[in-house]
Amino acid sequence: MNKIELEINGIPVSVEAGTTILDAAKQVGVKIPTLCYHSDLEPWAACGICVVKVEGSPKMLRACATAAAPGMKIITHDPEIVKVRRTVLELTLSTHPNDCLQCGRNGNCELQTLSEEFGIRDVPYEERLRDLPVDNSTGSIVLNPEKCISCGRCTQVCQDMQNVWALEFIGRGDDTRMAPAADVSLDESPCIKCGQCSAHCPVGAIYENDQTRLVWNAIEENKKHCVVQIAPAVRVAIGEAFGMEPGELMTGQLYAALRRIGFDAIFDTNFSADLTILEEGSEFVQRFTEGGVLPQITSCCPAWTDYMEKYATDFIPNFSSAKSPQQMLGAMAKTYYAEQSNIEAKDMFVVSVMPCTAKKFEVNRCESMGASGFQDVDLSITTRELARMIKQAGIDFKTLQEEKADSLLGEYSGAGTIFGVTGGVMEAALRSAYFLITKEDLEDVNFMDVRGMEGIKAAEIDIKGTRVRIAVAHQMGHVEALLDTIRAAKENGEETPYHFIEVMACRGGCIGGGGQPHGATDEIRAKRTAGIYTDDEKSVRRCSHHNPMITKIYKDFLGEPMSHKAHELLHTGYQERKVYKK
Amino acid sequence: MPENKLTAELISFIEEWKEKEGNLIMVLHKVQEHFGYIPREIAFEVADRLDVPVAKIYGVITFYHLFRLTKPGKNQIAVCMGTACYLKGGEDLILEFERLLGVGINTVTDDGEFSIEAVRCIGCCGLAPVLTVNGKVYGNVKTKDCKKILAHFKGK
Repeated sequence: MNKIELEINGIPVSVEAGTTILDAAKQVGVKIPTLCYHSDLEPWAACGICVVKVEGSPKMLRACATAAAPGMKIITHDPEIVKVRRTVLELTLSTHPNDCLQCGRNGNCELQTLSEEFGIRDVPYEERLRDLPVDNSTGSIVLNPEKCISCGRCTQVCQDMQNVWALEFIGRGDDTRMAPAADVSLDESPCIKCGQCSAHCPVGAIYENDQTRLVWNAIEENKKHCVVQIAPAVRVAIGEAFGMEPGELMTGQLYAALRRIGFDAIFDTNFSADLTILEEGSEFVQRFTEGGVLPQITSCCPAWTDYMEKYATDFIPNFSSAKSPQQMLGAMAKTYYAEQSNIEAKDMFVVSVMPCTAKKFEVNRCESMGASGFQDVDLSITTRELARMIKQAGIDFKTLQEEKADSLLGEYSGAGTIFGVTGGVMEAALRSAYFLITKEDLEDVNFMDVRGMEGIKAAEIDIKGTRVRIAVAHQMGHVEALLDTIRAAKENGEETPYHFIEVMACRGGCIGGGGQPHGATDEIRAKRTAGIYTDDEKSVRRCSHHNPMITKIYKDFLGEPMSHKAHELLHTGYQERKVYKK
Repeated sequence: MPENKLTAELISFIEEWKEKEGNLIMVLHKVQEHFGYIPREIAFEVADRLDVPVAKIYGVITFYHLFRLTKPGKNQIAVCMGTACYLKGGEDLILEFERLLGVGINTVTDDGEFSIEAVRCIGCCGLAPVLTVNGKVYGNVKTKDCKKILAHFKGK
């Protein structure tokens, strides 16, 4: 690589050509403040807080968007620069409500942190608030435009990373707001509820719809038997909310915390991920061997299914009809578990803890989400909301002794846990599909080709002479290109380029979900991913079909994968939806 | 509403510009020229035909003051708020029209006759304050002239 030499505050530094001043400064331990910048996004220099000086130039440059040049002598901090940055902050604060105490981002707001660092005690400018209404129409994410500082991250995420285009810069100058176009609410817009906007918002302008109070109410109600499930990706990220390293595996502590919070039964979505594999894997084998519609496309991700129902309706027949693990657990809790424990489904309250905001939408996405005769999952809360509940319950999460999940719907294999990362559902499915096709187990269950952060991963798998072509996509914006290759083959009358496709809407998969603790970057995603694979590797059983409780549930209750009963309880359908509801 | 359909002329214009750079602005201009504003359903149809997200179209429409999302009055009063006109009392003219018509800026009167808007410099600062009605320029306008101007256009 072409290296260039420059100086930052007199410290010599050598960086690759094209490196920004911001990143060059990081290399020598100099932190330049940022507000609109996010490492996931193209810098576009909206806020101006990262200004620096270059010796010999009268202009200040924005460090986030300026490439370092050879021989530059950069000054990142001097009294004048600090004054300019302070002015940027003061101007931003003059249009920002100061009700920090009641804000969802109290304690982890990037604007609040900077205000603290700069010792802002008053704002010399006239306060100009806009009094714009809050939009909670989706029930998943809440848009509070009054708190918006126009950094543009959410819109960039929605358009460039996710290719959803629900949000746009509407208006101009100080009237600009990030909002859906054409005067619709977020729910009427193309929004897929992935929540990546909320995960990237530096302030409290977009956040998850907090439903923790409803959970507390259900627990308080004596008559209710409260059941909880935790998704794979929650266990490797929740520690961050308690100051721990990303990727630290907190499964046992989570079970213990949920028990202390007052849940009556602690289950694990990893169990139902194993169940999903048996259903979805069998569905794939059936399509593959009996000439069904291919490629089969995974449907565990509700943001992805929402996207497909709006933008890629030509693939409806390709979607696996298997429900997501969240919904399978809900359905099994209110039927199988209810039967086994002599509790009526009507007295049961099922809560799920998900890394995801779209899961809130999935719980009543369509009629089949009530397969038990009641809504199968009553409430879905995010990792961030659970962290808050643990704090409210006065639990010292870090020192908590590990506990086990409850039986029947709590045990999981390594295949169940890797559902939390991109490529994981595919890998889990392949581990079992191999068995379903050959009646033999794999010697090496690791499929390295489907792992990693590349946007689209493709591979050909050899199942004892049968070639299965697969592809994995994550981060919604990557999907269209993959779908186009399939469309093109179809138009040309060629064989499908892939037999099986996995899609997850968020970058890195669920570990990077819109409901995870704030501040995710690729570095953090990598650590969370490593935590998931550790969980897989330390599992005694690494294939879903080896989970003894899965064997038991089929023997006692469901019969066999794809049985009539399994279809009634564990499968669903898809329909075309309008991109704009009005 | 029957009038809010793309005409054959507009469709062929869109086809002509479809693959060219800067097509969105050109098409929106043409649409506004025809309808007097950008009707919502037309914005959606343009999105479809140009294969551009609706959000992007609204981003452009709401960024440029020239584009309108609501149907203007039959008679469009545009008061210049450029520096010279502003200093010479352009704002007073707007207030006077608002008082006379009983509607605020960027709103159409109930009978659909008039709408008032503030515009950027229209390039005849020597006549400040300036306004136009349906493109006809009035210079050195005083608040007492407003009533007369309205009467001239009312019902025509």
